[in-house]
Amino acid sequence: MATPSRYVGTAQSRQDGPAKVTGAAKYAAEFTAPDLAHGVVVSSAIAKGRITAIDTRAAEAVPGVIKVLTHENKPRTAWLDYNYRDQVAPPGSPFRALNGPEIVYGGQPVALVVAESFELARHGASLVKVTYDEEVPNTDLEKNRGAAYVPPKKRSGIKPPPDPRGDAAGAFDKAPIQLRQEYRQAIEHHNPMEPHASTVVYEGEGKLTIHDKIQGVNNTQGYVCGVFNLKPDDVRVITPYVGGGFGSGLRPQYQLYLAVAAALDLKRSVRVVLTRDQMFTFGYRPETVQTVALGADRDGRLQALTHDAVAGTSTFEDYQEAVVNWSGLLYHCPNVTLDYKLAKIDTYTPSDMRAPGAVTGIFALESAMDELAYATGVDPLELRLRNYAERDEGEGKDFTSKALRAAYEQGAARFGWSKRKAEPRAMRDGRELVGWGMATGVWEAMMMQSSASATLMPDGKLELACSTADLGTGTYTILSQIGADALGLDLDRVTTRLGDTALPEAPLAGGSWTAASSGAAVQAACRKVAETLFGYARGMADSALANADFAHVTFADGEIRLQTDPSRKVGIADAMRAGGVATVEATETVKPSMLTAMRYSAYTHSAVFAEVKVDEELGVVRVTRVVSAIAAGKILNLKTARSQILGGVVMGIGAALEEESMLDHNLGRIMNHNLGEYHVPVNADIHDIEVIFVDEHDDKVSPLGVKGLGEIGIVGAAAAVANAVFHATGKRVRELPITIDKILA
Amino acid sequence: MLSDSGSSASPGTIPVTLTVNGQERRLRVAPWTTLLDLLREELDLTGTKKGCDHGQCGACTVIVDGKRINSCLALAVQKDGARVTTIEGLSSGSLHPVQAAFLEHDAFQCGYCTPGQIMSAVALIEEGRARSRDEIREHMSGNICRCGAYANIVDAVEDVLKGKSSSRSSSVREAAE
Ligand code: FES
Ligand code: FES
Repeated sequence: MATPSRYVGTAQSRQDGPAKVTGAAKYAAEFTAPDLAHGVVVSSAIAKGRITAIDTRAAEAVPGVIKVLTHENKPRTAWLDYNYRDQVAPPGSPFRALNGPEIVYGGQPVALVVAESFELARHGASLVKVTYDEEVPNTDLEKNRGAAYVPPKKRSGIKPPPDPRGDAAGAFDKAPIQLRQEYRQAIEHHNPMEPHASTVVYEGEGKLTIHDKIQGVNNTQGYVCGVFNLKPDDVRVITPYVGGGFGSGLRPQYQLYLAVAAALDLKRSVRVVLTRDQMFTFGYRPETVQTVALGADRDGRLQALTHDAVAGTSTFEDYQEAVVNWSGLLYHCPNVTLDYKLAKIDTYTPSDMRAPGAVTGIFALESAMDELAYATGVDPLELRLRNYAERDEGEGKDFTSKALRAAYEQGAARFGWSKRKAEPRAMRDGRELVGWGMATGVWEAMMMQSSASATLMPDGKLELACSTADLGTGTYTILSQIGADALGLDLDRVTTRLGDTALPEAPLAGGSWTAASSGAAVQAACRKVAETLFGYARGMADSALANADFAHVTFADGEIRLQTDPSRKVGIADAMRAGGVATVEATETVKPSMLTAMRYSAYTHSAVFAEVKVDEELGVVRVTRVVSAIAAGKILNLKTARSQILGGVVMGIGAALEEESMLDHNLGRIMNHNLGEYHVPVNADIHDIEVIFVDEHDDKVSPLGVKGLGEIGIVGAAAAVANAVFHATGKRVRELPITIDKILA
Repeated sequence: MLSDSGSSASPGTIPVTLTVNGQERRLRVAPWTTLLDLLREELDLTGTKKGCDHGQCGACTVIVDGKRINSCLALAVQKDGARVTTIEGLSSGSLHPVQAAFLEHDAFQCGYCTPGQIMSAVALIEEGRARSRDEIREHMSGNICRCGAYANIVDAVEDVLKGKSSSRSSSVREAAE
């Protein structure tokens, strides 16, 4: 069967768009039930110690307050850590809300007040009196670096740094150019606009329907079943829309646990929504201190590369991400040593945040490469080309494809890089210094096992379904595009259902693997439907396709046609009638190819170019222009793909210039836990961003040739901005974010 | 807590009359209920979003008596007699020009900030304060989009503004009045 691309690869508006622009799209906190009660969380006022007393009487005395759950009266839940470990839990003991009197991090939930209305619950929460025995919290990563350790248990799915190659220390000592610097990434919080929320609808007889803010409903279902000892048949999770995740919705969060505990205890429906400040009381991008040492020839060719990182994690879990691995594969270098360690601090466990590890590691590596460019007098782009890696030298494998050179070329041309003056402080616009910087980005191209179903309806409409989530990533639309092309249907006759555990299981929406994984599953299911239809068509009396082969037909305009002679055709509706069926349905499961994974490395690449204008007197940096050139295999939808990259760049600008969750180490608490003080980019911060997708044909990475786009847009953006700031000012800031005080220092 | 008849109201409520999306609603509302929570929890108008509850994100933007406000910062009882337009009241049948422009320009991703952005844009266009892209950026900066759809939001607003310069869209005017 041939599948002409009528929709795949074109720009299509989102199928979920009308629901979103009219306010009809319902998010987790917007589902309701006739018996709904509202829960408000009381957060710990200290970061470390014990609760010595918790007085809930005043809260309980408020008419309309139904119950106050604390560690003293919370329902019994599973005993073993195993039951609390969700699909992406790192090694350790997952946090359990209300488990006991111990306080292990600032803002830890200590009570849930359930009431007839949200306002009553909030009022009740303000009346809960907690007395603590306080200990001195230990939240300063700097003070704990000495105790950093290699995580004894690896986190599943996260590759540890590859073994050293060559002799990095020896080669560094002999290199004519030697650079060694330390770089620091601040704690960042995801802050999706939708606060985390769970609406648990109590259906009776122990059955629950849960609307949870999660990037994969199956993870919620598995967690709830494990913790509360329920059967999957009794727990249905439905979350059709997720108001942004960026990784914060990968793991079930404590509001889910509390809402389910209350619902089961009260035998009624309960909703728990976190406040914005409570959005700072769980996962975050960890603070990471890194040292990068580069040894090079005088012409900039790398001889030695060492990249060490120490990242913070909680006292109870060893969160891990790939920070240093990128340095082993991005450039050609014979001598490389990479090292990644953790240090425990009294905070919640960090969690994956958009391009976890890569944002951090690439900032350090690409800043260091920029420093090498100045140290050798080689243009930063030329330096990268001189050190271009043709193979993944870290793993000793070829790439499935790598069009990074084209990304450099096209990005540079569009940006006008050749007009750059080499020296810092050489370009001006009025009273502002102008700087141009660039960086490379890289992210793993992954595919996961995924199932999907395709159902051709009696009216000729196609319904696709799988359980993955559309976080704003465009999944609804791209899956429909794939289905429409597979069966030759108009796009408006194809709909996709997502975010429901009743649908075929797909992995969590994360890691940029959804398009490759669920896309391939949809294509496989549609192919199966096509085969069935073809079978009916061929079996018809006097069939025009009587002797035809499935490989030689094509589906178009509601017909099955012979490619070589389109006049030989059978209508799909006729085929269904001949088959005596009202619908044709297929569910298929796809898996990544183990053989390909053994033989090849698969990565997405980008070349990011940034222009900044810096007011030196005020220290204000504006990112006036960004060009992001992306090599990500096949692009399914040019419109939503561009938006993915734009969003990544915007968050990268936030990381570069604004975002930092500041810990008060005396109190062990985050001080700026609101959107007024934790700055994210607003409209006025964002100027021109251009996105280029370079051609990259890849027949190995995934069945569709897709590599994924959720992460790559952010990777390298912060380094490009930091390098531009240096070019503008001559000031090298190695600690993100680059705030005014650092410019003026 | 609240009823249209008022007969079963609990003692702590106050009568309030609001015209919501053109429909007059006689309500009894507790004094601590914000306009945002009233819309979302009592009137089932969940198109208006809560992103911070502190006036810091703009997700809750609605148009009250022709002006865009953060509905999380307004107590419902303060708005007695007011006319409130929410995203649900912006269009009937076909999309409002701003909604259509958002859809066309992909000016959103997750969609959570979107009703607030759209209400803000509708009011901004009526305010007549934004002529350039820089002015649009500045005057749309009370609405955070964590998905980072800003460039497309500016494109969408600019599109509607340009269309407006020749013939002002009546539905824009109506919603903002
Ligand atoms: S919810 Fe009102 S401004 Fe954020
Ligand atoms: S579309 Fe997601 S926050 Fe704006």
